Order: sequence, then structure tokens, then C-alpha cells
Amino acid sequence: MKYMLIMRSTQEALDASKEMDFEEILNAMGAYNEALTNAGVLLAGEGLADTDEGFVVDFDAETPIITDGPYGETHELFNGFWILEVASKDEAAQWASRCPLGPGSKLEVRRVHDESDFADFADNEFVQKEEGWRKDQAARQTES
Amino acid sequence: MSDIRGTVDAVWRIEGAQVVATLARMTGDLGLAEDLAQEAVADALTQWPEAGVPRNAGAWLTAVAKRRAIDTWRRQERLQERYRTMAHDLTEAAEDEWQPIEDDVLRLVFTACHPVLSRETQVCLTLRVVGGLTSEEIARIMLVPVPTVQARITRAKKTLAASRVPFEAPEQTEWQDRLGGVLGVVYAVFTEGYAATSGQRWIRPDLANEALRLGRVLARLLPRESEVHGLVALMEFQASRFAARVAADGSPVLLADQDRSRWDRAQIRRGQAALARADQVGRGRGSYALQAALAECHAVARSVAETDWERIVLLYEALGRIAPSPVVELNRAVAVSMATGPASALRIVDQLSSAGTLRGSHLLPSVRGELLAQLGRTEEARSELVTAAGLASNEREAEVLRAKAADL
Repeated sequence: MKYMLIMRSTQEALDASKEMDFEEILNAMGAYNEALTNAGVLLAGEGLADTDEGFVVDFDAETPIITDGPYGETHELFNGFWILEVASKDEAAQWASRCPLGPGSKLEVRRVHDESDFADFADNEFVQKEEGWRKDQAARQTES
Repeated sequence: MSDIRGTVDAVWRIEGAQVVATLARMTGDLGLAEDLAQEAVADALTQWPEAGVPRNAGAWLTAVAKRRAIDTWRRQERLQERYRTMAHDLTEAAEDEWQPIEDDVLRLVFTACHPVLSRETQVCLTLRVVGGLTSEEIARIMLVPVPTVQARITRAKKTLAASRVPFEAPEQTEWQDRLGGVLGVVYAVFTEGYAATSGQRWIRPDLANEALRLGRVLARLLPRESEVHGLVALMEFQASRFAARVAADGSPVLLADQDRSRWDRAQIRRGQAALARADQVGRGRGSYALQAALAECHAVARSVAETDWERIVLLYEALGRIAPSPVVELNRAVAVSMATGPASALRIVDQLSSAGTLRGSHLLPSVRGELLAQLGRTEEARSELVTAAGLASNEREAEVLRAKAADL
């Protein structure tokens, strides 16, 4: 089963991390990613650039409105993710708890849908096609 | 969130191989190392609910196992030199300094796949000590009773001890043969998941994913061995089709009938990346890399008709020279029928028939039936397909063959 580890941090935590020795953060994260790779469980993972390089598309109105933010209701920002292939929820929890994050950060851990979740709709053409598109999208993002 | 058993099992999956490998290096005995590690796991089950999961769980398990080893030897008053020096070594290494050594895991892999063990025993032991699976998990995914798994592992340890197998990676002279053995074990785990030879289910992704995980671990340990990357690529390509290989009712869907929009594109790209790594080593493609290249031809084709069958024929010819086998020859026949028509393919199949190498397998009559049907020789085709159905050991596969015969 696949799990997504979603990294969320408050703006304060992100600002504080900019004060820290970047080399140190790099080494800690690098060691963590290496451990995931060595164990053969890492399928994908990316970090996100600052919010000032992004934007928000809001669908409240008739036509989508593009603004500079805010990024959601909570004041935590989504700023990176990992996708792991593991055998159990416990294993996902073990890996998540080893992530080198500090106060002000959280990992939200969510199971990624697989075929079996759509078993009741296996004959639905759009369920099948969407599965293909979604995976295509994911693949494009993980290409390096 | 979960019970302690689940947590300990998860820690064991992540740390088990390193822990057993470290202990095996220290004691020189894989069987003893595994026993000690299991005792440490039992300690964890009783102590962690109170004390919490230690920050460095692997170091904790290793330290506890080492202490148990030393206590045992002291109790038995085994004061032979060997044990004295070993106990000294064991006490020397302070537990907070425990640093897993990657080479230890490599030694572990080679020992678990040692040729003195039978293939099924190698598979069991590898899943247990390298994959960190419990006997229950192994039993569940291999569809055998738990006592069978336990008996195999016990026998494996005894065999290794009796054969005085050292805890070492093989010498240069044996390297290729032994590596081939290791890759064979991993691929055996995968193929059992990919086309279950027994039981009701046609695909068991849990087993295939386990093999992929082992393959990725090996690729990290042996980045300069192109065949390791080739094997990973092959497994990624084949696993990318899982979703499309099973119909809603659980019956198998063959390549030609699969809805290609359901193939996992991300997994296909991982396969391509692994094949590129195999090629980067720069020693040409071995048999796994060639099989991966074959799988890639299908993975990138939009339909059966748009598949590069000429290239597939070439790749099978190359594979037939490196690793000749009747199954490869049969697959070449299928590719030839797609590239140039059923008549020339039937000649290859008939040569195989007269050689008698695939007797007892459903593969040959099922291909032959297919070709005869294309040539309009309906009666003969039907009888071949019925024969094939009778020989297929997987119930789902037999059903498909019977349906084909009925449709003619």
C-alpha cells in the first residue's frame, strides 16, 4: 500500500528554519531520504518553493479567480511530500516519525488510493481513464 | 493508533536486516544471529509498551541481542578462546555507537541465498532476514501454513551451520554465479506474485511489492551491477500492468485485451529509469535487462497493433542466445506471429513440440491453439486449447482457455 507523507509547517516555523544552518537541514533531510531509499520504500518526493512563487485558484465564483493567497483555512502551509510503498499503516507511522522535523511542523499521513478502492466501479470507463490520467500526471511530476 | 505488535513488526521490517547482519558479523553464525534478534524482538514486545519505542530502535535491538549472547556464553561457562574474544568484541562496541554497515546486509543477502539451500528455503530465509517479514506474514503471502515456514527457516539455519557457510560475500571467482542466484530468488518472489502458480487469485501484489522492495535495496547495495538494475526495471514494468491484468470478477485479462489506460505510467517511468541505470553501467544488457527492454516495448505501445514487434523479435533472439530456454523460444514465436504472421510462428512452435521440452506445461498448447485458430484450423485449435486448459494449474487461467475454446 502507498502512503503520502504531507509536510505542513507554520509560516513561523518556515521563517525560523531560514535562520538555521541550511547545510545542517540539508544533511538531516538527506540522511532521511537516503534511509528511505536504502529500504526500498521511497517512490517519489518533492519539496515546494516559497508561496510567493505560487498562487491560488479559487472556484467559489462563476469563473475561477486567481489570487496570491491565502493558502487555505489553516495557517499551516503544505510544503513538501513523500510517497512511500509500505506493507502496513504501522510501517508508514514508523517512517513518518523518523522524519527530521521540528516544532511548528506536522506530517499528515494519508493512504493513496489504489485500484481496490474503485473495485465497485471497475467497469466505469471514466474511473478507468481517470486512473490513467492521474497516474500520468503524477509521473510527469516525478520525472527528473 | 495501533497495538505494540504492529509497531514492533514495522520496526523489524525497517531495521531487521541491519540488526541480524550486525549480529551475524559479530558471531559469524547467521542462525544464532537470527535467534538472538528474535529474542530481542520478544523483549521489545514486553518493554516498549511501558518505556515507549526507543529513538534508535535498531540500536536498542542490537544491544539487547548482544547482551543476551554474552549472558548465554557466560552461563554456559564457555571460555574457549573463540568466545572470550568474541564476548570482548561484543562488550567493546558501545550501543550508542551502533552504525549499521551496508556490507553486512550484502553478506546477509548472499548467505540467505547460499546455493547449499533449496530455492524455496532461500526465498523463505530471504523474506525473513532481509525483508524483515514475520513467519506469519511469509506464510500468508506464500500460501503455506506457519509451521511450514518455521520448519523451513529452522532447517535453513541448520543447513548453513552444518555446511560451515561463512558469513561472507562470495569471492570474485564465484561472484557472478552467486549474484545470479540472489537475483533468481528475488525474481522467484516476484513471479509468484505476478502469476500465482497456485490458489484462486491470479495476482498477489503484496508478494510482488516485497520483491520490488528487495530489488531496490539490492540496487542500492550494488550500483555497479547492471543486472540488478535490469531486474528492478523488469519488475517495475511488469507490475505497472497489475491493475489491468484482473477483471472485476477476478479473472485474468491477457495483454492483448488489457485497457492500457490503466497501466501505471509512474511505475513505467520508474522502470525506464532503472533500465537507463542498467545501461549506464556500460557492459551491455544481460538477460534481466533484455527482458526489461521487452517489457518496455509493450509498456510504451499504445495498442497491440502499434507495438514494435520487429524489435521484440530481435530482443527475443538476443535473449535466446544469452539465456536459451523453451519459454523464450515460445515467446519469440508469438512475436514472430505478430510481426510476420501465424504460419512462420507455427513452424517455431512445432519444432518446440517435437523437441518435447515443454511437455506437461499449458504454455505450448495454448500458443499453438491460438496460432491454429488464426490459420482457420478450428478443430485442431479447439483440441489444443482444451488440452492447455487441462494442464493449467491456475484455475483462473484454465477458465480463460476453456472460454477461448468454446468461442471458436
